Parts: sequence; C-alpha cells; structure tokens
Amino acid sequence: MITIQTEQEDDFYIIKVIGEVDASSSIHLDNKIGEVIKSHKKILVDCHNLKYISSAGLGVFMSYINEMEESEIKMVLFALSQKVRNVFQILGLDQLINMVESKEEAKKLVNAV
Amino acid sequence: MRYNYKVPCQKKRLVEIRYFINDVLKKHLDSEIDINSLVLAVDEVCANLMIHSHQCNPKKCIELLVNIEDDEIIFEIRDTGNGFNYKEYKEPSIEEIIIEKKKGGLGLMLVRRIMDHIEYIENKNSNIYRLKKRLDIH
Repeated sequence: MITIQTEQEDDFYIIKVIGEVDASSSIHLDNKIGEVIKSHKKILVDCHNLKYISSAGLGVFMSYINEMEESEIKMVLFALSQKVRNVFQILGLDQLINMVESKEEAKKLVNAV
Repeated sequence: MRYNYKVPCQKKRLVEIRYFINDVLKKHLDSEIDINSLVLAVDEVCANLMIHSHQCNPKKCIELLVNIEDDEIIFEIRDTGNGFNYKEYKEPSIEEIIIEKKKGGLGLMLVRRIMDHIEYIENKNSNIYRLKKRLDIH
C-alpha cells in the first residue's frame, strides 16, 4: 500500500513516498519523518508516485510543522499530482507546507528559506 | 443507479472501499479531481467509524450505499452500535491542530468542505451518515 524509499543527494535527504497514504498506512510515513528529522536538516519529499492522501497523511505533515521550525529543519514536498495537491488545497494547507513542482525547485527552496 | 458494498471494520479494508467508490464514480463523472474528492470524503467517514466507533473490530461491519441521481450523488454509510455523534462534533482550527500536534481532526473538516450536505440519522439499530453532492452526472 505504501512504500517509502530514501536516498541522499549532497546534504539533501530525499523521502520517496510511493502508493497511498491513508488511516492504515500513514504510520509508516510518520515513523520515517520522525526518524529522519533527528539527523537531517534538509528534507525533500518526492510525491511523484504518491497516488492518494487522506487526512491521516495531511496530519502527519502538519504535526511536524512546529518541531521543524524550532529545530530549523526545512522540508519541501515536490512533484505532487493535481489530485493530491488538491487535497492539501481544500483546507489551505498548501499555504503552510512548502510544495513545488520539481526536485531542483525543492532544493532551491530549502536553501533559500 | 444504486450500488452497495459491505466491509468489516479494519483499516486495511479502506483501500477496498476507495476502489469501490472510484469504480462507481468513474461511470458517472469525468473529473479526476471530483472523483478523488468524493472518494476521500467517504474514506474519511469510514475511517472515523472504524477507528472511533468500532475500535477496528472486524466483527463489526460498515455498509455503503451510493445513489446516483440526475444531478446529485448521495452516499449513505451505515453502521450499528454507538455511532459517532456528528451533531456534537466541533471543528478544530488549523492552528489548534498544529499546536496540539493532533494527527486527527482534519478528516471531518475535509468532508465538510467537499460535500454540499451532511446528515446524521440515528435509528434504533443503526446510524446513517448521508453525504450529498450536486454535480454534472452522466
């Protein structure tokens, strides 16, 4: 249902989310982000193969906003499909969570903010 | 047109519910965004019931009914036992969710934004959550 792959490019840590993030699978995303933020400051989330997200997935991203701000950790989501992006937009969460089109833009944004 | 589906209260079954709703809606709607939003609304209500009303007890079931009318889609989600009392639900603010690091709370907010109308009907032996959306349907 959900597969999470990770890789590192220079000082960027990339989390690839593949599949569907719902009430059943969001725990895996939660655990991965929780683990990664302990040792990395520049995090990119590759959503190219994220097919579906429900509130459980949105909640995971929301729950780290404060902690990341306090610890100066930057996280940017990239390559979201229109329908996945729409789910963030319904509640205006696209204003609170950084999201861009491409990995290159994501790297630029992480370095800029 | 009416379609129905019954599923036990296990979170891993949510994916089946989504595929069922998706298959039904694809026959009547063109917009992928609309289809995904409606699938999401049903998924959220079902997840809430499975987790909060039934503690993921696989012996309990949820029944779904999709009713496609000329210009409206109506979903009915039925369960038995102590239902989630929708009337007592108070919507949290986004700020509260961030501050309290609540991972829940966003689900019903999405349902309310997506659907035109939500009804909660409590019967003696079952509870019905009726969600309505007006759309161009073929």
